[in-house]
Amino acid sequence: MADQQAGYDPFATSGTWVRTRAKLGIYALLSLFAAYYLLPLFVVILNSFRDLPEIAANGLIAWPRSFNPKGWYAAWDTYCVGGTCAGVKGNFYNSLRMTIPATLLSTAIGALNGYILSKWRFPGSGFVFGAITLGVFMPGQIALLPWAYILGQIGLTNSTYGLILVHTVQGLSFTTLFCRNFYVNIPDDLIKAARIDGAGFWRIFRKIILPLSPPILIVTVIWQFTGIWNEFLYGVVFTSGREQPITSALVALSTNGTNVRQYDVMSAAVLIAALPPLLIYFFGGRYFVRGLTQGAIK
Amino acid sequence: MSSLSIRNLFKRFGAVEVLKGIDLEARTGEFVTLVGPSGCGKSTLLAMIAGLETVTSGEILIADRLVNAVPPKDRDIAMVFQSYALYPTMTVKDNITFGMESRRVPKAEQVAALARVASLLQIEPLLKRKPAQLSGGQRQRVAMGRALVRDPALFLFDEPLSNLDAKLRVEMRTEIKKLHARVGKTTIYVTHDQVEAMTLASRIAVMHKGEVQQFAEPRQVYDRPANMFVAGFMGSPAMNFIPAEITGLGVTFPGADGSPATLPLSSAAPSGTANGKVVLGIRPEHITRHRPERGASRAGIATITAPVEVIEPTGAETMGLVRLAGKEIAARFDPDDAPHVGETVTLAIDMNKACLFDPQTERLLTRAA
Repeated sequence: MADQQAGYDPFATSGTWVRTRAKLGIYALLSLFAAYYLLPLFVVILNSFRDLPEIAANGLIAWPRSFNPKGWYAAWDTYCVGGTCAGVKGNFYNSLRMTIPATLLSTAIGALNGYILSKWRFPGSGFVFGAITLGVFMPGQIALLPWAYILGQIGLTNSTYGLILVHTVQGLSFTTLFCRNFYVNIPDDLIKAARIDGAGFWRIFRKIILPLSPPILIVTVIWQFTGIWNEFLYGVVFTSGREQPITSALVALSTNGTNVRQYDVMSAAVLIAALPPLLIYFFGGRYFVRGLTQGAIK
Repeated sequence: MSSLSIRNLFKRFGAVEVLKGIDLEARTGEFVTLVGPSGCGKSTLLAMIAGLETVTSGEILIADRLVNAVPPKDRDIAMVFQSYALYPTMTVKDNITFGMESRRVPKAEQVAALARVASLLQIEPLLKRKPAQLSGGQRQRVAMGRALVRDPALFLFDEPLSNLDAKLRVEMRTEIKKLHARVGKTTIYVTHDQVEAMTLASRIAVMHKGEVQQFAEPRQVYDRPANMFVAGFMGSPAMNFIPAEITGLGVTFPGADGSPATLPLSSAAPSGTANGKVVLGIRPEHITRHRPERGASRAGIATITAPVEVIEPTGAETMGLVRLAGKEIAARFDPDDAPHVGETVTLAIDMNKACLFDPQTERLLTRAA
């Protein structure tokens, strides 16, 4: 990543020609890969600003001959999804109302879990940790039926609160794993010293563990936010219509089979849905890498 | 009155017995060091005194109060850790006052206590810094400040100097000694460094394999070690051990040329050895070059010749390895009077200081009255 210092250069002692050739080769290859991965995004961005007739005439992948931002307005405000013609803005807010609480809750509980599992071990805590981390490898669809049952029992079907609950619980495996592995590197002597100093469970957590936690909390928040925002399976299954988060609304939008395919609107809607995770990545990406690679105590 | 009594203390981790019946006592104001090789159980013992490890069986009393089931914060102790364990996100000031803050000590009292400790340890200029901005020696001071700021019945030190470089370690050692003289608090000090143990302690508990091998004053531990482990552990270079036999003339062992050599004993031979076999223990500083012209030979000085195999000058003294009784024996020479490698020297051995051990039990044989 960009914030890492210039590391070891294996070509430093080679001749000028060898060095230039090697560097050129590396940059050419990496640029090719980057272009390959970025191309779809590029196409979608272009299409969101093209006229629909022009797309129809020139094809989906073509250099734009028109500029029209009306696809964005339609996607946000007026496009009809599932019989309601109010664009995806409601779904966008749903996603925010779901993602932010679920992210904060799962991170907070994960931090507490990690603290207990690393610094207040009890008989069987290793087993508990193993069981929790097993959830990391569990595909989400396995939990669909149990969740459908639970949400039905507690009356939270077709509700953002239901999705908050599902995502909070489903996220605990990752948040616990991240936090526990970070806290395990905080020296136990700190806890012992604090206990002799008269601090208890919560005071140690607030005054010693939490102030050391920003690197890993940033990692879990980014991970949870993008994960929950991008998830659509639970949204599709447990909510419908106006209650759906934006990712699920996109599914409904793209299967809107009766109309002509509104590629400009669809492109804009996709970009609206992708914006928050992209922003998070742009502003938080380097903290993510830093948090994962750096220990608790420098 | 004693600040700490430990009675028949056991600690087991599963099937592993780490402490096997420890008895220990520290009088008020005393400086007791627990010394031993790694794995001897000394740190576990300290953790149990602090309340950071549970007691398997036995009793721990602090200020005559049974504390087996008392949590660390209520034991009236303060502890300095090997890693210092300074809270990394807090300033020095907050580190020192954290304990008082936890105990809801009034602010005015906190300020006064902080000022007292900061001036005592001369860390006033550091109070606003974070631990990461301190040198090793400064961190050490802050860690001591955090312990000193309270007025506990007992100070616990867990190898506090082993993360410092050699020069600083010696300085801080002196500092701790001065500090103890000034504060006068009962202190339990764990170390693996026998020099630290000797220099600091009013009494030393030498530990090995979960047992206290000897608990006595430093001089006693050094001069009359209770067994061969203590004799070998305390002192560097270690005490020489020579398998020998008690004869009418003294102790006899194979000399440099293979023929029996005999050293006269300075006191009557001890009783109680089976078939007269003993292990003769002599410290390197009691073996040196014999100079008959330098003063009359004192009583109890025996002489013997041996070839020199290795010479190690350290500056203040020159250590030499000589071959005696088929073994390499360490001797200490005056640097101006050191022999050369290959030379056969006449050695003067101070038999007043010699110890005799039972080869079977490895215990010190008491001198016959």
